[in-house]
Amino acid sequence: MLRLVMLRLAFGAMTVLAASVLIFAGTELLPGDLATAILQNSATPENVAEMRAQLGLDRPAPVRYAEWISHAAQGDLGISLSNQHPVAEELAPRLRNSFFLAAFAACVSVPLAVLLGLLAAIYQNSWYDRAVNFITLLTISVPEYLVGYLLVKYLSVRWGLFPSLANVAPENTLLERLDLTFLPMLTLVLVVVAHMMRMTRASVLNIMASPYIEMAFLKGLTKSRVVVRHAFPNALAPIISVIALNLAYLIVGVVVVEAVFVYPGLGQLLVDAVAKHDLPVVQACGLIFACVFILLNLLADIMAILSNPRLRRAR
Amino acid sequence: MSQIEYLQKLHRAGRIGRRELLGRAAALGASATALSVIIATEDAHAAETPRRGGTMRLGIGGGSTTDSLDPATWNDSVGTTGGFAFFEPLIETGAGNAAQPGLAASWEAKPGATEWVFNLQKGVTFHNGKTFTADDAVYSINLHRGKTKSGAAGVFSAIMDVKKTGDNQITISLKAADGEFPAVLTDYHCRMVPEGTTDFTKPVGTGAFTVAGYQPGVRVHGTRNPNYWRKDRGFLDAFDLTVINDSTARLNALMSGQVDTINRVDAKVANLIKAKKGYELVVSPGGWHTVVSLMQDKGAMFENHDLRLAMKYGIDREQVVKTLMGGYGSVGFDHPIPRGDANFNTALKPIAHDPDKAKFHLKKSGFAGTVTIQSSDAAFNGAVDMATLFQGNLAKAGLKVDVKKEPADGFWSNVWLKGACVVSYWAGRTTATQMLDVGYGPGAPWNESHYQNPKFTALLNAARAELDAGKRKSILFEAQALMSDDVAALIPAFRNSLDAHNGKVGGLVPASLSDMDNSAITVRGWMKA
Amino acid sequence: MVKLFGQRVPLPALIGLLIIVANLLAAAFAPWIAPFPEADVVGDAWAEADATYWLGLDNLGRDIFSRLLYGARMSIGLSLLITVLSFTIGVIGGFTAAIGKGWIDAALSRFVDLILAMPTLIFAFVVLSVMGTDLAVLVVTLACLDSVKVFRLARALAVNIGALEYVEVARVRGEGLWWVITREILPNALAPLIAEFGLRFTFAFLFVAALSFLGLGVQPPAADWGSMVRDYRDVIALDSPAPFYPAGAIALLTIGVNFVVDWLLALHARGYGEGA
Repeated sequence: MLRLVMLRLAFGAMTVLAASVLIFAGTELLPGDLATAILQNSATPENVAEMRAQLGLDRPAPVRYAEWISHAAQGDLGISLSNQHPVAEELAPRLRNSFFLAAFAACVSVPLAVLLGLLAAIYQNSWYDRAVNFITLLTISVPEYLVGYLLVKYLSVRWGLFPSLANVAPENTLLERLDLTFLPMLTLVLVVVAHMMRMTRASVLNIMASPYIEMAFLKGLTKSRVVVRHAFPNALAPIISVIALNLAYLIVGVVVVEAVFVYPGLGQLLVDAVAKHDLPVVQACGLIFACVFILLNLLADIMAILSNPRLRRAR
Repeated sequence: MSQIEYLQKLHRAGRIGRRELLGRAAALGASATALSVIIATEDAHAAETPRRGGTMRLGIGGGSTTDSLDPATWNDSVGTTGGFAFFEPLIETGAGNAAQPGLAASWEAKPGATEWVFNLQKGVTFHNGKTFTADDAVYSINLHRGKTKSGAAGVFSAIMDVKKTGDNQITISLKAADGEFPAVLTDYHCRMVPEGTTDFTKPVGTGAFTVAGYQPGVRVHGTRNPNYWRKDRGFLDAFDLTVINDSTARLNALMSGQVDTINRVDAKVANLIKAKKGYELVVSPGGWHTVVSLMQDKGAMFENHDLRLAMKYGIDREQVVKTLMGGYGSVGFDHPIPRGDANFNTALKPIAHDPDKAKFHLKKSGFAGTVTIQSSDAAFNGAVDMATLFQGNLAKAGLKVDVKKEPADGFWSNVWLKGACVVSYWAGRTTATQMLDVGYGPGAPWNESHYQNPKFTALLNAARAELDAGKRKSILFEAQALMSDDVAALIPAFRNSLDAHNGKVGGLVPASLSDMDNSAITVRGWMKA
Repeated sequence: MVKLFGQRVPLPALIGLLIIVANLLAAAFAPWIAPFPEADVVGDAWAEADATYWLGLDNLGRDIFSRLLYGARMSIGLSLLITVLSFTIGVIGGFTAAIGKGWIDAALSRFVDLILAMPTLIFAFVVLSVMGTDLAVLVVTLACLDSVKVFRLARALAVNIGALEYVEVARVRGEGLWWVITREILPNALAPLIAEFGLRFTFAFLFVAALSFLGLGVQPPAADWGSMVRDYRDVIALDSPAPFYPAGAIALLTIGVNFVVDWLLALHARGYGEGA
């Protein structure tokens, strides 16, 4: 088993390297260029050329890749082309913000989704099952920004319970942070719970049809015991896979929610950087996202291996 | 907002005196009774004098994580609204776009207007304690000349040389005579910095505030500069600017009490704010206008004057103002001079929406193909909607139009200035001549429609060299009339900029160049008790 | 009681089927049912609903009801195309990886990890910026991006099932790859896959909407529900119901699809139980 895990780790590291090449090549393909993007409609051919030279955009791509990846390995992510701040300095607080919001949302949504899913499986076809099904369907079938605006409209503007701006600052205490990020957290939870909850329910019910579960019933065990002790552990692999996907989404895919709540996370930085062709920032964000994602998938794979007794032996 | 309301606002903010208010109101045709009402309301507002202290919280749209405090890179509202708090210009834009003293106390043109002398304020110190001198002024202006990435490079190319002619005096010589040169120096990029400044991550200026916190695209935070040289402004203890690019989020932040004032109120919801107790909407008619370029190269379809006329008559300008601007705007005459400008041609008739006339010109043009309008919301919010409206309008005149929605990414580098028929915008310029020059002058790098007409060029050159304001005006009148019929662009509408506040912000008056009192609200505004 | 294929159809499934059929009819016959063309400005922006304009007019003064009908066409068509394409690629790839094991699995899985490691929205954003926003490009890009997610699920399911005794027995018997996939794995993985199909189908709407949020997506003046929600979002503050019509249409179809999916799942489970 250890060998299997080590193998996955090695693969993960290779994937990160391959991803870095893909990211670099991808950013090279972006249309337009940074110089015109920064200058917008105050660009003249002369000051565009001047800006390109100043930014070092006139050197060949492989040279710039080699330089970039070796620096990145030492933690130096370069200088932002558009405002001359070190990229790492600019990323760090936003990365912390993104992780904070993702963790906050995950702490609420993962237990909630698994619990709701298990209960739905236990009380299959009951009114509870149908109601939960219906409500979660409703929350995912509405665009996330509409969910966000509705929460703001009622919970913030009308009833004044929570702030509508999640403009966290370094000097905020944890409690203030939790208050400021409550609405974005709630929006994200509503968005991700449905997917995880439905997968939990579907996987458990799928296992419930297996002969060994019938065997368990024949032994006279209660349904809740069968679900929790026998079906759930065996249904873990797809559930973990879906949870990993959703966790990655919470860190990487929340651009729209960040825009609605003006939350200074990584997503907005990446979109702005793409629009302005700030390549060092785009590349750094891309690399971080790739690492986060690959790491989460690794964890999911390893947990799937650990959770399935049949896979616990090395092949 | 009527002209009189506009004047009242200026008066309340101390921008014009009572005599000027009454004089200008009378000139606008206000009756004696109306004038007495004006006096009464103004007395009621007399208590509204600036108050010292307090923190202003602003929610401003138009910022990006790629922003910086280097004035050369400013290109949107957050850059200027934040930056103006820390850096000051030589010359400011005052009411009616008049040039007002800033760090230059006075100026005059040498005969012929190719040389201008500027006398600088004495005894002004930078945030780091250094005294502001002519060397700093020369250095600061040169940051935007020659090999530079500055957005002011285009207009500053008219400058031949900048010389120090005294400890507190500089002389600027121009390549050609310009009777309105001080207006060029009001360009928002041109801010005074200490000589030798290259690192703008630790900004030093002469402004009313020093930087207390700066996160690009997130927050600009400033605290009062205790050594600020001006007594008639800089009332706040601090300001806290949050970047909010999403219009709905901005409105929500104002409504939920998290900010005191916001810019760029969506026209759709403007009336809602007006009706809401305690909130105030500030409407600024200005020079911001939409443009559809009709690139007029040799052999291109828009070389055909009748096709251009078919489009001019075929589009419904009123609909753009009504639908896309919620009525907060005015129709354009296919020239870029706004109504508020002293040189606006008042004799010109609006180009009426007339499908039959459009049909007639389309037939005459012999054009049977399809016009493709390229548009993107990167240009402005509603640009794609406007193209879609025109598609419907022109179909009625028998002209087939395709709307191509371009991705926001790469719009300014790949589509604008390259496509034949592209929707974009222009922000207003301080003078009419400057506006005509940058957008439609022969050889101007941003002449997006490649407009060329020898008659127009001659008029433009004459206007630029003219020192007499009256004569310049009649030349500009003629240029506007010519453009209205001939220019290779559609200028369907001018949009008012809309700001709003929660009733606690003082001094937020309508301004013609950009939102938030020409971006100077932190400096000129105050918080009421 | 209504019967279909000899099976009793429960009420929710019946409602779901009705919703789907109604939507498909609306999509198919939009040009004939809609009172106005989708792109025509027929009155003032945000005019209230009345006898002529059943749901009022939108941000440009176009008839919202007509745009909803045309939107059904665009949204359902697009989503269905994207989902079917992504499932075809994803399921075949995932099962091949799980059964093939060894280097096939490693190569496919690493490649998918690589694609997955890119933020989907940004990736689509970049691809569409480079390739243009043609509908065909949109469908293929979204389908490919979606298929890697399907791949992971399909592979996880297949690995789990592949480890079960009966599959090992089949392999020991010397059955071929295709036989194992179609006879042993697919039937057993069908339930979660169908559940996923229902969800992915509805996600496709929202993904197109998110892309329009970033300035890509369906070209105007064509209507699609996701973009309509986006265009109308500003009037939420005005208590206007406009954004809720397209959002409601998406929600209704989502729920309808899932009611039917649930029924199919139940049928499958029972079928399995009886056969065992």
